[in-house]
Amino acid sequence: MAQVVLSNELGRQFAGGQTHFDVDAVNVRKLIGALDEMFPGLGAELQSDGIAIAIDGEIFSDPFLEAIADNSEVYFLPAIKGG
Amino acid sequence: MGYEDKELKWVGTRQIRPDGVDKVTGRANFGADLNLPGMLTGKILRSPHPHAKIVSINTDKAAALPGVKAIVTGADMPEMPSEMAQAGEGAVNFRYLSNNIMAHDKVLYDGHPVAAVAAISDAVANEALSLIEVEYEVLPHVIDVEESMKPDAPVLHDTIFTAGVEPKPEKPSNVVMRVQMGFGDPDAGYEKSDVVIERNYTTQPVHQGYIEPHAAVVEWTENDECRIWCSSQGQFMVRTFTAKLLDLELAQVRVTPAEIGGGFGGKTTIYLEPVAALLSRKSHRPVRMVMSRDEVFRATGPTSGTAMRVKIGATRDGKIQGAEAELKYQAGAYPGSPVAPGCMTAFAPYALENVKTVGYDVVVNRPLSASYRAPGAPMASFAVESAIDELAQELGMDPIDLRLKNAAKEGTQAPYGPKFKSIGYIETLEAAKAHPNYNIPLGPNQGRGVASGFWFNIGMQSSATVNVAEDGTVCVISGNPDIGGSRASLAMMAAEVLGVDYNKVKIIVGDTASIGYNDVTGGSRVTFATGMAIIQAAEDVVQQLRERAAMTWDIGVDAVVWEDGFARPASANAGDFKPLSLADIAAKAGRTGGPINGKAAINARGAGAGFGTHICDVEVDPDTGHVTVLRYTAVQDAGKAIHPGYVEGQMQGGVAQGVGWALNEEYIYGEDGRLQNPGFLDYRMPVASDLPMIDTVIVEVPNPAHPFGVRGVGEVPIVPPLGATANAVSHAIGKRMTDLPLSPPAIVSALDS
Amino acid sequence: MAKFHVTATVNGEEVEYLCDPQQTMLDVLRDELNLTGTKEGCSSGDCGACSVILDGRLVCSCLALGAELDGAKIETIEGMAEGDELHPLQQKFLEEAALQCGFCTPGFLVAAKNLLERNPDPTETEVRYWLAGNLCRCTGYDKIIRSVLDVAAEMRGS
Ligand code: FES
Ligand code: FES
Repeated sequence: MAQVVLSNELGRQFAGGQTHFDVDAVNVRKLIGALDEMFPGLGAELQSDGIAIAIDGEIFSDPFLEAIADNSEVYFLPAIKGG
Repeated sequence: MGYEDKELKWVGTRQIRPDGVDKVTGRANFGADLNLPGMLTGKILRSPHPHAKIVSINTDKAAALPGVKAIVTGADMPEMPSEMAQAGEGAVNFRYLSNNIMAHDKVLYDGHPVAAVAAISDAVANEALSLIEVEYEVLPHVIDVEESMKPDAPVLHDTIFTAGVEPKPEKPSNVVMRVQMGFGDPDAGYEKSDVVIERNYTTQPVHQGYIEPHAAVVEWTENDECRIWCSSQGQFMVRTFTAKLLDLELAQVRVTPAEIGGGFGGKTTIYLEPVAALLSRKSHRPVRMVMSRDEVFRATGPTSGTAMRVKIGATRDGKIQGAEAELKYQAGAYPGSPVAPGCMTAFAPYALENVKTVGYDVVVNRPLSASYRAPGAPMASFAVESAIDELAQELGMDPIDLRLKNAAKEGTQAPYGPKFKSIGYIETLEAAKAHPNYNIPLGPNQGRGVASGFWFNIGMQSSATVNVAEDGTVCVISGNPDIGGSRASLAMMAAEVLGVDYNKVKIIVGDTASIGYNDVTGGSRVTFATGMAIIQAAEDVVQQLRERAAMTWDIGVDAVVWEDGFARPASANAGDFKPLSLADIAAKAGRTGGPINGKAAINARGAGAGFGTHICDVEVDPDTGHVTVLRYTAVQDAGKAIHPGYVEGQMQGGVAQGVGWALNEEYIYGEDGRLQNPGFLDYRMPVASDLPMIDTVIVEVPNPAHPFGVRGVGEVPIVPPLGATANAVSHAIGKRMTDLPLSPPAIVSALDS
Repeated sequence: MAKFHVTATVNGEEVEYLCDPQQTMLDVLRDELNLTGTKEGCSSGDCGACSVILDGRLVCSCLALGAELDGAKIETIEGMAEGDELHPLQQKFLEEAALQCGFCTPGFLVAAKNLLERNPDPTETEVRYWLAGNLCRCTGYDKIIRSVLDVAAEMRGS
């Protein structure tokens, strides 16, 4: 099970304030699908452009098929722009 | 493929940049230098009001002036839906972007464009502007971020309802959103703490200050192609934004990057191109638009001014038990301040168990803020590093020791959630502590300040092509404007991989039709990500060279190795063949399968987080309040410095900008909401006589995700200087300075109080 | 509007041009003579990107009028190298990475050359004050100042 953490805002909007979940998924696409099943509408939000994902500390600005290991830590974050 | 254990011939040396001679002889073409036959001058009429409804615009008299060839107003810009849309580097609301480039029904800041003309000369264009009649209904305005958050503040947009608060607001507000992040319970941390520091801080908006004003030439051809030559941080960004705003297909727009005279984030967006395009379409002639410095200050950049509160508690041993920050950032006229990265970076250097950051993005009647080097980080860092410094004072600890005690390292959970991978923060602290400058005794009225800073660095999309010519010379095409010597670092990496002489590698920055897509030159990504693409394209070439040699020798490709620019048999068993150089193989490429061209198109993963630690020594004149920077030392983990000269240059340039931010630079508005200092005389950026030499120490903790270990260096160095300088001044005068800039009047009044 | 007819010497060559009364020397160089190496950063005398030598004196070309240059001798960045031979300052700027974006570079080179002609042995402080009228936002000035001091030392040595 990967440990998944949503931002406070997303947790509030979609998951009744909860932000930490254990989800079984082999990659980002599957993970987002699973979360969307748990909280309808969340999937679309997580794929929007303002959101990046950190998997085990590495930040991806537009992830899709990145692998998620059994005990990976996954964070949904605001996307970063540079200067 | 990693190159760590290879002996490097080019990477890590100080080569002369390929575009250098053009730049020291005045031959390089920047945005304003292009002159096309029949070209017109475009100029923009700007609002004198900070907030007003546009009742009507009458352009009849201007149109009747001889020599005026076209006029554009907001009515000529297609209506954009108000939604975030994918555009290159991130999401952009094109309605806001369109309205910012040319006001539609409302002006939101002094300098907001309301109309534009194209004419046969500057003089005619200026006269035409004076003949355009705009009727405004002036509205109350708000400039200050905290004023703007009040419930009775004049509302800029009746479509904005604060996001991120409960219950969902029913009234429109200038507060665009509230963000919150962190973990643990800071209050519980303060309970355990022996010392708690809590203070408010403010910073003023500052401009990126590139010396080259925005400039673009656009020719709308009779084939309905929109040709753009302009200086920007990304020709593909210009293409995407212009096409979106004008409802064009991307392939209809071709953008050729001019040399860029500085950007620092401020040229990751557009201001002129769609306007010039419309003027060109209407006039059937090429149009050049160049901003004046006044326009640059009033209507481009700057980065957010802020109001912040920071609270940090620690036990006697120096361990931080709890930390929190509240950050209010001015977005300018439309949403989009970098408050989220401010929240993410504020406490990033520290390993914390209880941390919370809350941020507010707030619109005010000022120009729309634009990215500026490590967007959002320097201000938050100033507040946090000031509080850390005060904490060290209260605890009687050396400020570097206090940071070492709490420093983030590999595996530390960052305040925004994930755990850091390999990072070199501690190494920067140790190098700073060991630096001789840290132990130079200080005299009266002198002070020393320390601060650290963090930036993520980013990867993202890059394309690269490496073409081998028949004589063995190499042409590299990159898709990123060269803003500070990146042609050199990119060509050096290509030379290293190919094993050829650096001077045999030529590199150009391609236009949008001749190279695949690239995200902008920004986020400290070019040497990392585009470098990675070029390395892969060069490796693609090496693979082909091995294949061609194998064909020539009639042996298997696995039996051929590429070493120092030659194909050689892998071992004696493979056969006894005279090594073939790149030139040998290239000369005969026709008979082994045709031209040898390498390509790569990647979304670069694994950008390595960067940290820096700075030491600033100042002397304050107690009578005038003038601050002299005596010494400055910048230490930074670069991962690997491909071209150390340009890495040092990035560090020194970032320091100078940060010192200016700390000591002098600010936007000054009058009661009337008009900018009072839109020029270099009154907006005081550091000049040569304001600064000492800036000592640099490059620490190299390689980024394992990059073949040479590159992390990216451009942004980190602007993060620590605000805190380092303010801490130094605070020590010099014995008063904690919490409001930037620390200009002479501010210091005199602090000393008097 | 009547134009002025002006004859001047630019980088050793006699040039003739017509200009409007309000055109600055910078406008004339860039737009009439196509010498775009001289840059415009502010047109108010505050950035030095437009530095040229007018009759031996360092000036901001944005502050002089094109119409007033009859008989003047002007040196711009385009005249700094001798044929294929870069001026030692140009060479040193390249070697020391004293430019990043390069937009301020022509102005700094012209100003620094003028300094060394007047004072072959300047102190660091003298270099910093002489160049205080030239803004650079990229480099923090460190490598620029070092380059000028190094070239001064080399030129004295030779
Ligand atoms: S353009 Fe002349 S001083 Fe700036
Ligand atoms: S190198 Fe860019 S302004 Fe000086």
